[in-house]
Amino acid sequence: MQQIINTFLIGISIGSIYSLMALALVLVWRSTRVVNFGQAGQAIVSTYVAWEVVNRSGSYFLAFVFAVAIGGLLGGLIESGLMRTLFKHASEGPIAAVAPVIVTLGLLGVIRAVVGLIWTNEGKRFESPVDTAGFVIGDTTLPFSRLNLLIVVMAAIVMIIFSIVFQKTNLGLSLRAAAYNPEIARLSGIRVSQTRTIGWVFAGAAGGVAGILVTSNDTLTPNSLDTLLVFAFTAAVIGGLESLVGAVVGGLVLGIGLSFILIYLGTSLVFPTAFIVLVLVLLIRPAGIFGVKGARSA
Amino acid sequence: MLKVERLVVEHGAIRAIDGISFEVATGSLAAVIGSNGAGKTTLLRTLSGLKESKLGKVWWNGREITGMKPEDLVRRGISHVSEGKSVIPELTVKENLALGGLWRGNKSELAQSIEEVVNLFPRLGERMSQRADTLSGGERQMLAIGRAWVSKPSLLLLDEPSLGLAPLVVEQIFATVSMLCRERGITIVLVEQNAMGALSIADKGIIINLGVIVAQGDAKQLIDDPALRSAYLGY
Repeated sequence: MQQIINTFLIGISIGSIYSLMALALVLVWRSTRVVNFGQAGQAIVSTYVAWEVVNRSGSYFLAFVFAVAIGGLLGGLIESGLMRTLFKHASEGPIAAVAPVIVTLGLLGVIRAVVGLIWTNEGKRFESPVDTAGFVIGDTTLPFSRLNLLIVVMAAIVMIIFSIVFQKTNLGLSLRAAAYNPEIARLSGIRVSQTRTIGWVFAGAAGGVAGILVTSNDTLTPNSLDTLLVFAFTAAVIGGLESLVGAVVGGLVLGIGLSFILIYLGTSLVFPTAFIVLVLVLLIRPAGIFGVKGARSA
Repeated sequence: MLKVERLVVEHGAIRAIDGISFEVATGSLAAVIGSNGAGKTTLLRTLSGLKESKLGKVWWNGREITGMKPEDLVRRGISHVSEGKSVIPELTVKENLALGGLWRGNKSELAQSIEEVVNLFPRLGERMSQRADTLSGGERQMLAIGRAWVSKPSLLLLDEPSLGLAPLVVEQIFATVSMLCRERGITIVLVEQNAMGALSIADKGIIINLGVIVAQGDAKQLIDDPALRSAYLGY
Protein backbone atom coordinates (compact mmCIF):
# COMPACT_ATOMS: atom_id res chain seq x y z
CA MET A 1 0.00 0.00 0.00
CA GLN A 2 2.80 2.38 0.97
CA GLN A 3 4.47 1.72 -2.37
CA ILE A 4 1.27 2.62 -4.25
CA ILE A 5 1.00 5.89 -2.31
CA ASN A 6 4.66 6.65 -2.99
CA THR A 7 4.25 5.90 -6.68
CA PHE A 8 1.22 8.16 -6.76
CA LEU A 9 3.16 11.01 -5.10
CA ILE A 10 6.06 10.58 -7.52
CA GLY A 11 3.49 10.74 -10.32
CA ILE A 12 2.08 14.02 -9.00
CA SER A 13 5.59 15.50 -8.79
CA ILE A 14 6.47 14.49 -12.35
CA GLY A 15 2.99 15.31 -13.62
CA SER A 16 2.99 18.85 -12.27
CA ILE A 17 6.25 19.47 -14.17
CA TYR A 18 4.62 18.19 -17.37
CA SER A 19 1.64 20.41 -16.55
CA LEU A 20 3.71 23.58 -16.38
CA MET A 21 5.27 23.06 -19.79
CA ALA A 22 1.95 21.85 -21.22
CA LEU A 23 0.39 25.11 -20.01
CA ALA A 24 2.94 27.04 -22.07
CA LEU A 25 2.15 24.93 -25.17
CA VAL A 26 -1.60 25.42 -24.68
CA LEU A 27 -1.16 29.18 -24.23
CA VAL A 28 0.54 29.51 -27.62
CA TRP A 29 -1.99 27.16 -29.21
CA ARG A 30 -4.94 29.13 -27.83
CA SER A 31 -3.43 32.43 -28.96
CA THR A 32 -2.12 31.51 -32.39
CA ARG A 33 -3.07 27.90 -33.30
CA VAL A 34 0.60 26.97 -33.39
CA VAL A 35 2.17 24.04 -31.54
CA ASN A 36 5.40 25.69 -30.44
CA PHE A 37 8.11 23.04 -30.40
CA GLY A 38 10.58 25.85 -29.75
CA GLN A 39 9.04 26.29 -26.30
CA ALA A 40 11.68 24.05 -24.69
CA GLY A 41 14.42 26.15 -26.29
CA GLN A 42 12.87 29.38 -25.04
CA ALA A 43 12.60 27.92 -21.53
CA ILE A 44 16.25 26.82 -21.71
CA VAL A 45 17.36 30.39 -22.47
CA SER A 46 15.33 31.88 -19.62
CA THR A 47 16.59 29.16 -17.26
CA TYR A 48 20.25 29.79 -18.17
CA VAL A 49 19.69 33.51 -17.55
CA ALA A 50 18.14 32.59 -14.19
CA TRP A 51 21.17 30.42 -13.43
CA GLU A 52 23.43 33.41 -14.15
CA VAL A 53 21.33 35.61 -11.87
CA VAL A 54 21.45 33.08 -9.03
CA ASN A 55 25.23 32.78 -9.43
CA ARG A 56 25.79 36.53 -9.42
CA SER A 57 23.19 37.68 -6.89
CA GLY A 58 22.50 34.56 -4.85
CA SER A 59 18.80 35.40 -5.00
CA TYR A 60 16.53 32.66 -6.31
CA PHE A 61 13.57 35.05 -6.20
CA LEU A 62 15.37 37.54 -8.47
CA ALA A 63 16.32 34.66 -10.77
CA PHE A 64 12.67 33.59 -10.90
CA VAL A 65 11.59 37.11 -11.87
CA PHE A 66 14.27 37.17 -14.58
CA ALA A 67 13.21 33.75 -15.88
CA VAL A 68 9.61 34.91 -16.25
CA ALA A 69 10.61 38.26 -17.80
CA ILE A 70 13.15 36.79 -20.23
CA GLY A 71 10.74 33.98 -21.15
CA GLY A 72 8.03 36.53 -21.94
CA LEU A 73 10.38 38.85 -23.80
CA LEU A 74 11.79 36.03 -25.89
CA GLY A 75 8.27 34.81 -26.72
CA GLY A 76 7.29 38.31 -27.85
CA LEU A 77 10.43 38.73 -29.94
CA ILE A 78 10.01 35.35 -31.65
CA GLU A 79 6.39 36.09 -32.51
CA SER A 80 6.94 39.63 -33.74
CA GLY A 81 10.25 38.96 -35.47
CA LEU A 82 9.71 35.49 -36.91
CA MET A 83 6.20 34.07 -36.66
CA ARG A 84 4.48 37.27 -37.85
CA THR A 85 6.57 37.25 -41.03
CA LEU A 86 5.83 33.56 -41.46
CA PHE A 87 2.07 34.09 -41.10
CA LYS A 88 2.25 36.91 -43.63
CA HIS A 89 3.98 34.83 -46.30
CA ALA A 90 2.72 31.30 -45.58
CA SER A 91 -0.82 31.74 -44.37
CA GLU A 92 -2.62 29.89 -47.16
CA GLY A 93 -2.54 26.41 -48.65
CA PRO A 94 -0.94 23.23 -47.29
CA ILE A 95 2.24 25.08 -46.26
CA ALA A 96 0.22 27.10 -43.72
CA ALA A 97 -0.19 24.01 -41.53
CA VAL A 98 3.36 22.72 -41.93
CA ALA A 99 5.42 25.92 -41.85
CA PRO A 100 4.94 26.79 -38.14
CA VAL A 101 5.90 23.23 -37.11
CA ILE A 102 9.07 23.33 -39.21
CA VAL A 103 9.99 26.80 -38.02
CA THR A 104 9.46 26.08 -34.31
CA LEU A 105 11.40 22.81 -34.56
CA GLY A 106 14.20 24.68 -36.33
CA LEU A 107 14.03 27.34 -33.66
CA LEU A 108 14.56 24.71 -30.96
CA GLY A 109 17.72 23.51 -32.74
CA VAL A 110 19.07 27.02 -33.26
CA ILE A 111 18.42 28.07 -29.65
CA ARG A 112 20.11 24.93 -28.30
CA ALA A 113 23.15 25.56 -30.49
CA VAL A 114 23.42 29.22 -29.45
CA VAL A 115 22.94 28.34 -25.77
CA GLY A 116 25.71 25.73 -26.11
CA LEU A 117 28.02 28.35 -27.62
CA ILE A 118 27.36 30.83 -24.82
CA TRP A 119 27.21 28.55 -21.77
CA THR A 120 28.93 25.39 -23.19
CA ASN A 121 27.33 21.94 -23.08
CA GLU A 122 28.73 21.21 -19.64
CA GLY A 123 25.99 20.67 -17.06
CA LYS A 124 25.29 23.48 -14.60
CA ARG A 125 24.04 22.65 -11.16
CA PHE A 126 20.89 24.54 -10.18
CA GLU A 127 20.18 24.58 -6.47
CA SER A 128 16.62 24.33 -5.20
CA PRO A 129 15.18 27.33 -3.34
CA VAL A 130 13.44 25.02 -0.84
CA ASP A 131 14.17 21.78 0.96
CA THR A 132 14.28 18.78 -1.38
CA ALA A 133 14.01 16.15 1.34
CA GLY A 134 10.69 14.31 1.35
CA PHE A 135 8.02 15.15 3.91
CA VAL A 136 8.12 12.83 6.91
CA ILE A 137 4.92 11.32 8.29
CA GLY A 138 5.56 9.23 11.40
CA ASP A 139 8.61 7.19 10.56
CA THR A 140 7.93 7.24 6.81
CA THR A 141 9.69 9.64 4.43
CA LEU A 142 7.46 10.37 1.47
CA PRO A 143 8.93 10.81 -2.04
CA PHE A 144 7.35 14.27 -2.10
CA SER A 145 9.32 17.34 -1.02
CA ARG A 146 8.70 21.04 -0.51
CA LEU A 147 10.12 21.55 -4.01
CA ASN A 148 7.53 19.12 -5.41
CA LEU A 149 4.82 20.99 -3.52
CA LEU A 150 6.11 24.31 -4.85
CA ILE A 151 5.91 23.01 -8.43
CA VAL A 152 2.35 21.71 -7.92
CA VAL A 153 1.29 25.04 -6.41
CA MET A 154 2.97 27.05 -9.19
CA ALA A 155 1.28 24.93 -11.87
CA ALA A 156 -2.06 25.60 -10.19
CA ILE A 157 -1.36 29.35 -9.89
CA VAL A 158 -0.26 29.65 -13.55
CA MET A 159 -3.36 27.72 -14.62
CA ILE A 160 -5.73 29.85 -12.53
CA ILE A 161 -4.20 33.17 -13.61
CA PHE A 162 -4.30 32.37 -17.31
CA SER A 163 -7.73 30.72 -17.10
CA ILE A 164 -9.06 33.98 -15.66
CA VAL A 165 -7.26 36.02 -18.31
CA PHE A 166 -8.58 33.87 -21.17
CA GLN A 167 -12.14 33.37 -19.95
CA LYS A 168 -12.95 36.53 -18.03
CA THR A 169 -11.13 39.43 -19.68
CA ASN A 170 -11.44 41.34 -22.93
CA LEU A 171 -7.81 40.54 -23.67
CA GLY A 172 -8.56 36.84 -23.31
CA LEU A 173 -11.51 37.13 -25.68
CA SER A 174 -9.32 38.98 -28.18
CA LEU A 175 -6.66 36.27 -27.88
CA ARG A 176 -9.17 33.49 -28.52
CA ALA A 177 -10.84 35.32 -31.40
CA ALA A 178 -7.50 36.10 -33.05
CA ALA A 179 -6.54 32.44 -32.77
CA TYR A 180 -9.84 30.95 -33.97
CA ASN A 181 -10.51 33.31 -36.84
CA PRO A 182 -8.06 36.15 -37.49
CA GLU A 183 -10.22 37.59 -40.28
CA ILE A 184 -13.35 37.99 -38.17
CA ALA A 185 -11.20 39.27 -35.32
CA ARG A 186 -9.78 41.98 -37.60
CA LEU A 187 -13.25 42.84 -38.88
CA SER A 188 -14.25 43.27 -35.23
CA GLY A 189 -11.49 45.83 -34.70
CA ILE A 190 -8.99 43.55 -32.94
CA ARG A 191 -5.34 44.22 -33.75
CA VAL A 192 -4.50 40.58 -34.42
CA SER A 193 -0.72 40.90 -34.77
CA GLN A 194 -0.28 42.62 -31.40
CA THR A 195 -2.74 40.24 -29.78
CA ARG A 196 -0.77 37.23 -31.02
CA THR A 197 2.44 38.74 -29.66
CA ILE A 198 0.81 39.06 -26.23
CA GLY A 199 -0.17 35.36 -26.43
CA TRP A 200 3.47 34.40 -27.07
CA VAL A 201 4.62 36.65 -24.23
CA PHE A 202 2.23 34.84 -21.86
CA ALA A 203 3.39 31.43 -23.07
CA GLY A 204 7.04 32.43 -22.86
CA ALA A 205 6.55 33.60 -19.28
CA ALA A 206 4.79 30.34 -18.35
CA GLY A 207 7.60 28.39 -20.04
CA GLY A 208 10.09 30.46 -18.03
CA VAL A 209 8.34 29.37 -14.81
CA ALA A 210 8.41 25.75 -15.99
CA GLY A 211 12.10 25.90 -16.93
CA ILE A 212 13.40 27.28 -13.64
CA LEU A 213 11.22 25.05 -11.45
CA VAL A 214 11.94 21.90 -13.42
CA THR A 215 15.68 22.54 -13.29
CA SER A 216 15.74 23.42 -9.59
CA ASN A 217 17.87 20.80 -7.82
CA ASP A 218 18.86 19.39 -11.20
CA THR A 219 21.50 19.79 -13.88
CA LEU A 220 21.00 22.30 -16.65
CA THR A 221 22.24 21.57 -20.18
CA PRO A 222 21.14 22.91 -23.58
CA ASN A 223 19.12 19.69 -24.11
CA SER A 224 17.78 19.18 -20.61
CA LEU A 225 14.21 20.19 -21.40
CA ASP A 226 13.82 18.23 -24.67
CA THR A 227 12.25 15.12 -23.15
CA LEU A 228 10.02 17.30 -21.04
CA LEU A 229 8.71 18.90 -24.24
CA VAL A 230 7.60 15.50 -25.59
CA PHE A 231 5.81 14.56 -22.36
CA ALA A 232 4.30 18.06 -22.07
CA PHE A 233 2.94 17.81 -25.61
CA THR A 234 1.43 14.42 -24.78
CA ALA A 235 -0.07 15.90 -21.60
CA ALA A 236 -1.55 18.82 -23.54
CA VAL A 237 -3.12 16.44 -26.08
CA ILE A 238 -4.53 14.22 -23.30
CA GLY A 239 -6.12 17.22 -21.58
CA GLY A 240 -7.13 18.92 -24.81
CA LEU A 241 -5.03 21.59 -26.50
CA GLU A 242 -7.84 24.09 -25.97
CA SER A 243 -7.95 23.78 -22.20
CA LEU A 244 -5.63 25.19 -19.54
CA VAL A 245 -7.29 22.97 -16.95
CA GLY A 246 -6.83 20.11 -19.42
CA ALA A 247 -3.08 20.83 -19.59
CA VAL A 248 -2.78 20.47 -15.83
CA VAL A 249 -5.03 17.42 -15.59
CA GLY A 250 -3.35 15.85 -18.64
CA GLY A 251 0.07 16.43 -17.05
CA LEU A 252 -1.02 14.85 -13.77
CA VAL A 253 -2.72 11.87 -15.47
CA LEU A 254 0.37 11.25 -17.60
CA GLY A 255 2.75 11.74 -14.68
CA ILE A 256 0.87 9.37 -12.39
CA GLY A 257 0.37 6.79 -15.15
CA LEU A 258 4.03 6.85 -16.18
CA SER A 259 5.26 6.65 -12.58
CA PHE A 260 3.29 3.40 -12.14
CA ILE A 261 4.84 2.09 -15.36
CA LEU A 262 8.27 3.18 -14.11
CA ILE A 263 7.97 1.55 -10.69
CA TYR A 264 6.10 -1.63 -11.63
CA LEU A 265 7.21 -2.37 -15.21
CA GLY A 266 10.55 -0.62 -15.65
CA THR A 267 12.16 2.48 -17.18
CA SER A 268 12.33 1.14 -20.72
CA LEU A 269 8.53 1.13 -21.08
CA VAL A 270 7.99 4.76 -20.01
CA PHE A 271 8.62 6.46 -23.34
CA PRO A 272 6.76 3.86 -25.48
CA THR A 273 3.79 4.09 -23.11
CA ALA A 274 3.65 7.87 -23.49
CA PHE A 275 3.71 7.46 -27.25
CA ILE A 276 0.96 4.80 -27.20
CA VAL A 277 -1.18 7.03 -24.95
CA LEU A 278 -0.67 9.93 -27.36
CA VAL A 279 -1.76 7.84 -30.34
CA LEU A 280 -4.75 6.37 -28.48
CA VAL A 281 -5.99 9.80 -27.41
CA LEU A 282 -5.65 11.10 -30.96
CA LEU A 283 -7.59 8.09 -32.25
CA ILE A 284 -10.32 7.87 -29.62
CA ARG A 285 -10.76 11.41 -28.37
CA PRO A 286 -8.71 13.83 -30.48
CA ALA A 287 -10.15 16.83 -28.64
CA GLY A 288 -8.74 15.49 -25.37
CA ILE A 289 -10.44 15.06 -21.99
CA PHE A 290 -11.52 18.69 -21.75
CA GLY A 291 -11.92 19.36 -25.47
CA VAL A 292 -15.31 20.36 -26.76
CA LYS A 293 -16.77 18.33 -29.57
CA GLY A 294 -19.90 18.39 -31.63
CA ALA A 295 -21.37 21.26 -33.56
CA ARG A 296 -24.60 21.89 -35.36
CA SER A 297 -24.05 21.63 -39.06
CA ALA A 298 -26.57 24.24 -40.13
CA MET B 1 -21.04 59.30 -48.66
CA LEU B 2 -19.17 56.24 -49.88
CA LYS B 3 -17.27 57.05 -53.05
CA VAL B 4 -15.41 54.46 -55.08
CA GLU B 5 -13.30 55.71 -57.98
CA ARG B 6 -11.82 53.56 -60.75
CA LEU B 7 -11.12 50.68 -58.39
CA VAL B 8 -8.95 47.86 -59.73
CA VAL B 9 -8.37 44.66 -57.76
CA GLU B 10 -6.41 41.64 -58.93
CA HIS B 11 -6.16 38.02 -57.81
CA GLY B 12 -2.73 37.19 -59.18
CA ALA B 13 -3.02 37.52 -62.94
CA ILE B 14 -6.81 37.77 -62.87
CA ARG B 15 -8.42 41.19 -62.71
CA ALA B 16 -11.40 40.64 -60.40
CA ILE B 17 -12.49 44.28 -60.27
CA ASP B 18 -11.77 46.31 -63.37
CA GLY B 19 -12.10 50.05 -62.86
CA ILE B 20 -15.34 50.23 -60.90
CA SER B 21 -16.70 53.64 -59.86
CA PHE B 22 -19.87 54.35 -57.86
CA GLU B 23 -21.28 56.38 -55.00
CA VAL B 24 -23.61 55.48 -52.17
CA ALA B 25 -25.34 58.35 -50.37
CA THR B 26 -25.12 58.48 -46.58
CA GLY B 27 -28.07 56.72 -44.97
CA SER B 28 -29.05 54.85 -48.11
CA LEU B 29 -28.99 51.18 -49.07
CA ALA B 30 -27.16 50.01 -52.18
CA ALA B 31 -27.59 46.47 -53.49
CA VAL B 32 -24.67 45.02 -55.47
CA ILE B 33 -25.99 42.30 -57.75
CA GLY B 34 -24.22 39.84 -59.99
CA SER B 35 -23.64 36.19 -60.71
CA ASN B 36 -20.96 33.97 -59.14
CA GLY B 37 -17.48 35.27 -59.93
CA ALA B 38 -18.74 38.74 -60.87
CA GLY B 39 -16.47 40.36 -58.27
CA LYS B 40 -19.05 41.27 -55.61
CA THR B 41 -17.28 39.67 -52.67
CA THR B 42 -13.90 40.98 -53.82
CA LEU B 43 -15.41 44.47 -53.95
CA LEU B 44 -16.63 44.26 -50.33
CA ARG B 45 -13.35 42.74 -49.12
CA THR B 46 -11.50 45.64 -50.72
CA LEU B 47 -13.83 48.22 -49.16
CA SER B 48 -13.29 46.69 -45.70
CA GLY B 49 -9.50 46.51 -46.10
CA LEU B 50 -9.21 42.72 -46.29
CA LYS B 51 -8.03 42.89 -49.90
CA GLU B 52 -5.57 45.39 -51.32
CA SER B 53 -6.51 47.32 -54.43
CA LYS B 54 -4.14 47.68 -57.36
CA LEU B 55 -5.48 51.05 -58.49
CA GLY B 56 -8.25 53.44 -57.60
CA LYS B 57 -9.43 55.22 -54.50
CA VAL B 58 -12.14 54.89 -51.87
CA TRP B 59 -13.55 57.67 -49.69
CA TRP B 60 -15.89 57.42 -46.76
CA ASN B 61 -17.53 60.62 -45.46
CA GLY B 62 -15.00 62.76 -47.32
CA ARG B 63 -11.86 60.97 -46.04
CA GLU B 64 -9.81 58.68 -48.17
CA ILE B 65 -9.69 55.16 -46.74
CA THR B 66 -7.86 53.36 -49.57
CA GLY B 67 -5.41 50.78 -48.24
CA MET B 68 -6.43 51.13 -44.60
CA LYS B 69 -6.48 48.00 -42.43
CA PRO B 70 -9.81 46.40 -41.42
CA GLU B 71 -9.17 47.04 -37.72
CA ASP B 72 -8.64 50.75 -38.43
CA LEU B 73 -11.71 50.95 -40.66
CA VAL B 74 -13.85 49.53 -37.83
CA ARG B 75 -12.71 52.52 -35.77
CA ARG B 76 -13.92 54.76 -38.63
CA GLY B 77 -17.36 53.21 -38.50
CA ILE B 78 -17.04 50.63 -41.27
CA SER B 79 -18.21 47.13 -40.41
CA HIS B 80 -18.12 44.12 -42.71
CA VAL B 81 -20.20 40.97 -42.30
CA SER B 82 -18.36 38.58 -44.58
CA GLU B 83 -19.84 35.74 -46.59
CA GLY B 84 -20.84 32.53 -44.81
CA LYS B 85 -22.28 33.59 -41.44
CA SER B 86 -19.31 35.47 -40.15
CA VAL B 87 -19.23 34.31 -36.57
CA ILE B 88 -16.64 32.40 -34.55
CA PRO B 89 -18.20 28.97 -33.92
CA GLU B 90 -16.05 28.17 -30.87
CA LEU B 91 -17.16 31.28 -28.98
CA THR B 92 -20.49 31.77 -27.24
CA VAL B 93 -23.18 34.04 -28.65
CA LYS B 94 -22.38 36.67 -26.03
CA GLU B 95 -18.65 36.50 -26.76
CA ASN B 96 -19.28 36.85 -30.51
CA LEU B 97 -21.38 39.92 -29.87
CA ALA B 98 -18.86 41.38 -27.43
CA LEU B 99 -16.10 41.06 -30.05
CA GLY B 100 -17.66 43.87 -32.06
CA GLY B 101 -17.26 46.36 -29.22
CA LEU B 102 -13.96 45.33 -27.62
CA TRP B 103 -12.00 48.02 -29.42
CA ARG B 104 -14.04 50.76 -27.70
CA GLY B 105 -12.99 49.53 -24.27
CA ASN B 106 -16.18 50.85 -22.68
CA LYS B 107 -17.98 48.12 -20.75
CA SER B 108 -21.27 49.96 -20.17
CA GLU B 109 -21.49 50.99 -23.84
CA LEU B 110 -20.76 47.40 -24.83
CA ALA B 111 -23.47 46.03 -22.54
CA GLN B 112 -25.94 48.55 -23.95
CA SER B 113 -25.07 47.60 -27.55
CA ILE B 114 -25.54 43.90 -26.77
CA GLU B 115 -28.90 44.73 -25.20
CA GLU B 116 -29.90 46.51 -28.42
CA VAL B 117 -28.98 43.42 -30.45
CA VAL B 118 -31.07 41.25 -28.14
CA ASN B 119 -34.02 43.59 -28.70
CA LEU B 120 -33.39 43.32 -32.44
CA PHE B 121 -33.03 39.52 -32.38
CA PRO B 122 -34.74 38.13 -29.25
CA ARG B 123 -33.77 34.57 -30.19
CA LEU B 124 -30.12 35.45 -29.60
CA GLY B 125 -31.03 36.64 -26.11
CA GLU B 126 -32.23 33.15 -25.26
CA ARG B 127 -28.94 31.62 -26.44
CA MET B 128 -26.33 33.98 -25.01
CA SER B 129 -24.27 31.29 -23.29
CA GLN B 130 -24.49 28.76 -26.15
CA ARG B 131 -21.60 28.24 -28.52
CA ALA B 132 -22.24 29.78 -31.93
CA ASP B 133 -21.84 26.42 -33.65
CA THR B 134 -25.00 25.20 -31.92
CA LEU B 135 -27.11 27.87 -33.66
CA SER B 136 -29.14 27.41 -36.82
CA GLY B 137 -28.01 29.07 -40.05
CA GLY B 138 -30.48 31.89 -39.60
CA GLU B 139 -29.47 32.49 -36.01
CA ARG B 140 -25.81 32.59 -37.01
CA GLN B 141 -26.58 35.23 -39.62
CA MET B 142 -28.47 37.24 -36.99
CA LEU B 143 -25.43 36.89 -34.74
CA ALA B 144 -23.09 38.06 -37.50
CA ILE B 145 -25.22 41.16 -38.10
CA GLY B 146 -25.49 41.64 -34.34
CA ARG B 147 -21.71 41.58 -33.97
CA ALA B 148 -21.42 44.23 -36.66
CA TRP B 149 -24.15 46.26 -34.94
CA VAL B 150 -22.26 46.21 -31.62
CA SER B 151 -19.33 47.94 -33.35
CA LYS B 152 -21.73 50.87 -34.00
CA PRO B 153 -21.12 51.18 -37.72
CA SER B 154 -22.06 54.11 -39.91
CA LEU B 155 -21.32 52.00 -43.01
CA LEU B 156 -22.31 48.34 -43.01
CA LEU B 157 -21.00 45.98 -45.70
CA LEU B 158 -23.10 42.82 -45.93
CA ASP B 159 -22.00 39.89 -48.06
CA GLU B 160 -24.81 37.54 -49.07
CA PRO B 161 -26.70 37.46 -45.76
CA SER B 162 -29.45 35.31 -47.35
CA LEU B 163 -27.11 32.56 -48.53
CA GLY B 164 -28.40 29.09 -47.61
CA LEU B 165 -31.27 30.33 -45.47
CA ALA B 166 -34.95 29.35 -45.55
CA PRO B 167 -37.27 31.86 -47.32
CA LEU B 168 -38.94 32.95 -44.08
CA VAL B 169 -35.58 33.63 -42.43
CA VAL B 170 -34.40 35.51 -45.53
CA GLU B 171 -37.47 37.74 -45.25
CA GLN B 172 -36.64 38.48 -41.63
CA ILE B 173 -32.99 39.22 -42.42
CA PHE B 174 -33.92 41.58 -45.27
CA ALA B 175 -36.50 43.32 -43.05
CA THR B 176 -33.83 43.85 -40.40
CA VAL B 177 -31.32 45.15 -42.95
CA SER B 178 -33.92 47.57 -44.27
CA MET B 179 -34.78 48.70 -40.74
CA LEU B 180 -31.10 49.32 -39.89
CA CYS B 181 -30.91 51.67 -42.85
CA ARG B 182 -34.31 53.41 -42.58
CA GLU B 183 -34.62 53.72 -38.81
CA ARG B 184 -31.02 53.77 -37.62
CA GLY B 185 -29.58 55.73 -40.56
CA ILE B 186 -26.80 53.26 -41.34
CA THR B 187 -25.44 53.34 -44.88
CA ILE B 188 -25.52 49.79 -46.22
CA VAL B 189 -23.83 48.08 -49.16
CA LEU B 190 -25.60 44.76 -49.61
CA VAL B 191 -24.03 42.16 -51.88
CA GLU B 192 -26.58 39.55 -52.97
CA GLN B 193 -27.33 36.84 -55.48
CA ASN B 194 -30.96 37.11 -54.44
CA ALA B 195 -31.37 40.03 -56.84
CA MET B 196 -35.09 40.62 -56.45
CA GLY B 197 -34.97 40.45 -52.66
CA ALA B 198 -32.03 42.83 -52.40
CA LEU B 199 -33.27 45.37 -54.97
CA SER B 200 -36.73 45.42 -53.39
CA ILE B 201 -35.30 46.92 -50.17
CA ALA B 202 -32.52 48.99 -51.80
CA ASP B 203 -32.40 52.64 -52.86
CA LYS B 204 -29.74 52.00 -55.43
CA GLY B 205 -28.78 48.98 -57.49
CA ILE B 206 -25.34 48.22 -58.88
CA ILE B 207 -25.09 45.32 -61.31
CA ILE B 208 -21.64 43.81 -61.76
CA ASN B 209 -20.47 41.33 -64.35
CA LEU B 210 -16.89 40.07 -64.65
CA GLY B 211 -15.54 42.90 -62.52
CA VAL B 212 -17.27 45.68 -64.42
CA ILE B 213 -20.41 47.65 -63.58
CA VAL B 214 -22.94 46.97 -66.32
CA ALA B 215 -25.71 49.09 -64.85
CA GLN B 216 -26.35 51.24 -61.80
CA GLY B 217 -29.14 53.51 -60.72
CA ASP B 218 -32.42 53.63 -58.85
CA ALA B 219 -33.24 50.14 -57.60
CA LYS B 220 -36.89 50.29 -58.63
CA GLN B 221 -35.96 51.34 -62.17
CA LEU B 222 -33.49 48.46 -62.45
CA ILE B 223 -36.19 46.02 -61.38
CA ASP B 224 -38.50 47.39 -64.04
CA ASP B 225 -35.95 47.32 -66.87
CA PRO B 226 -36.86 44.26 -68.97
CA ALA B 227 -33.45 44.02 -70.67
CA LEU B 228 -31.57 44.01 -67.36
CA ARG B 229 -34.10 41.67 -65.82
CA SER B 230 -33.56 39.00 -68.42
CA ALA B 231 -29.79 39.52 -68.81
CA TYR B 232 -28.64 39.90 -65.21
CA LEU B 233 -31.45 39.53 -62.71
CA GLY B 234 -32.58 36.10 -63.86
CA TYR B 235 -36.34 36.53 -63.88
